[in-house]
Amino acid sequence: MTAGDLVRRSAADLAEALASGETTSVALTQACLDRIGAVDGAVHAFLHVDAEGALAQAAASDARRAAGAPASALDGVPIAVKDVLATGGLPTTCGSKILEGWVPPYDATVVARLKAAGLPILGKTNMDEFAMGSSTEHSAYGPTHNPWDLDRIPGGSGGGSAAAVAAFEAPLAIGTDTGGSIRQPGAVTGTVGVKPTYGGVSRYGLVAMANSLDQAGPVTRTVLDSALLHEVIGGHDPLDSTSIDQPLPALVEAARLGAAADMSGVRIGVIRELGGEGYQAGVQQRFDEAVQLLVGAGAEVVEVSCPSFVHALAAYYLIMPSEASSNLARFDAMRYGLRVLPEGPDGLPLASPSAEEVMRATRDAGFGDEVKRRIILGTYALSSGYYDAYYGQAQKVRTLISRDFAAAFEKADVLVSPTAPTTAFRIGEKLDDPLAMYLNDIATIPANLAGVPGLSLPAGLAPEDGLPVGFQVLAPALADDRLYRVGAALEALLEKEWGGPLLEQAPALAEEGTAR
Amino acid sequence: MPEISRDEVAHLATLARIELSDNELDHLAPQLSVILESIASIAEVAAADIPPTSHAVPLTNVFRADEPRPSLTAEQALSGAPESEQQRFAVPRILGDEQ
Repeated sequence: MTAGDLVRRSAADLAEALASGETTSVALTQACLDRIGAVDGAVHAFLHVDAEGALAQAAASDARRAAGAPASALDGVPIAVKDVLATGGLPTTCGSKILEGWVPPYDATVVARLKAAGLPILGKTNMDEFAMGSSTEHSAYGPTHNPWDLDRIPGGSGGGSAAAVAAFEAPLAIGTDTGGSIRQPGAVTGTVGVKPTYGGVSRYGLVAMANSLDQAGPVTRTVLDSALLHEVIGGHDPLDSTSIDQPLPALVEAARLGAAADMSGVRIGVIRELGGEGYQAGVQQRFDEAVQLLVGAGAEVVEVSCPSFVHALAAYYLIMPSEASSNLARFDAMRYGLRVLPEGPDGLPLASPSAEEVMRATRDAGFGDEVKRRIILGTYALSSGYYDAYYGQAQKVRTLISRDFAAAFEKADVLVSPTAPTTAFRIGEKLDDPLAMYLNDIATIPANLAGVPGLSLPAGLAPEDGLPVGFQVLAPALADDRLYRVGAALEALLEKEWGGPLLEQAPALAEEGTAR
Repeated sequence: MPEISRDEVAHLATLARIELSDNELDHLAPQLSVILESIASIAEVAAADIPPTSHAVPLTNVFRADEPRPSLTAEQALSGAPESEQQRFAVPRILGDEQ
């Protein structure tokens, strides 16, 4: 077996290979680092690679295994982490200049759980600045490129995590999803991404964009791998007051059950409002075909209507910027991050600038356009005189959306839709049109507003452009296991049609340098 | 229809402590107007009797045991500070010249 084959295998497979002694964590981690060295110049999925740290963690994992005491099912399987989660001793920038060079003095709970479970951390992945975007073009450190077509976006905000997994640089990654930032990148890169139930995975150490919406979750190549990772990172955390104090459902078991592809007795609701007009023809076609596969496997399919979903985007673009404008007030140039000293009209530094002048200069220099847009929008929505008309109304719409979900889940066990309305667009295509960019998240946002879990998995390639299409599964809060059961069933049915994983159809990336 | 003027954007930027250049003000104001226009419909959607939802998981008063546990040292807490002095964050002056 060559190192090239090793990096293409699923995390579940690799866990077995480690358990049987077929390979070691050091060999596997080195293979991932070599792959990163060979293709990341073109993909740019990583902002920071920690070869030394990852290999040390891998060696410790191999030692645990030799002693007969692996820390978890995934002990020794390497992982990449989105740069929005604090990693003690490793730079954390959130894709922003304002945090350039910042090294957190502590680990996010998700990161601490990865370390405790023995997963070597390969590095930190690129993202839209502070997770604000749908293309990773808003990163202050340059865009990530879609491994299917390097001229196209990998989705966002977690385009780095999705691209790292799609380009076989890492078998697993962590993403975060505020309005679709795990699921939409999954859709456009042909990978699997899961946004858990809100409160199901700790937000401690996750740099907040919108606290009431943010949720960390798995980014992988298979549904089973997501379930395995979800069980490592999920569960109650006393350090996050919004963390749900209940055990996780049996996720891995649900994924294994689902792989048998028997959907009899499962009721699947197709959301009328998330499809049709505004959705690319090839996206709709692959979605419809996937639904028919589920019918063929015994599922009962019903159409459900969620009339308030048409207002979800508007509610989201009031609630999210409002929370973001408040959260990002912490970047004040006083305790960490960038400090820029203001200049006078003569271009010379002010003699004795005030704290407020320093803040204003720093926040202008340190934040990018999209972050400024959202802070201003949020400041506006929270202003006296507008608060009731905007923020207050948006919160009421949130109630209506939750009620629509509740009614729909009376009729169906899971709800389904295309994950994103289109396949990956070209880098630069929507950069000057914020509204067009926002529309990418139209199908993913309702789940964040209601706090319900969602999964995206590849449904095939759109006939018109040959690019991946995502299929979204939504479940009631705390019923994340249903995502894995239905997701694994559809994955098995589709792979039977394709003769293997969809990513096998992706064009090979040119490898630079380190040929082994 | 909400229209947001250049002056309003400048005022909001002041509230948000961001020093925007003339150039930035010129392109932000029309962009924000377009965004606001697209979300204005929300004002007519929900009736007065619909309760607002601030949070998907309705939790209140979450407590944990009040027990001492290790925390960051002063050095760790100050490790990312732009400037520090005597184990404290050093900040620019916070009062006006005359005060």
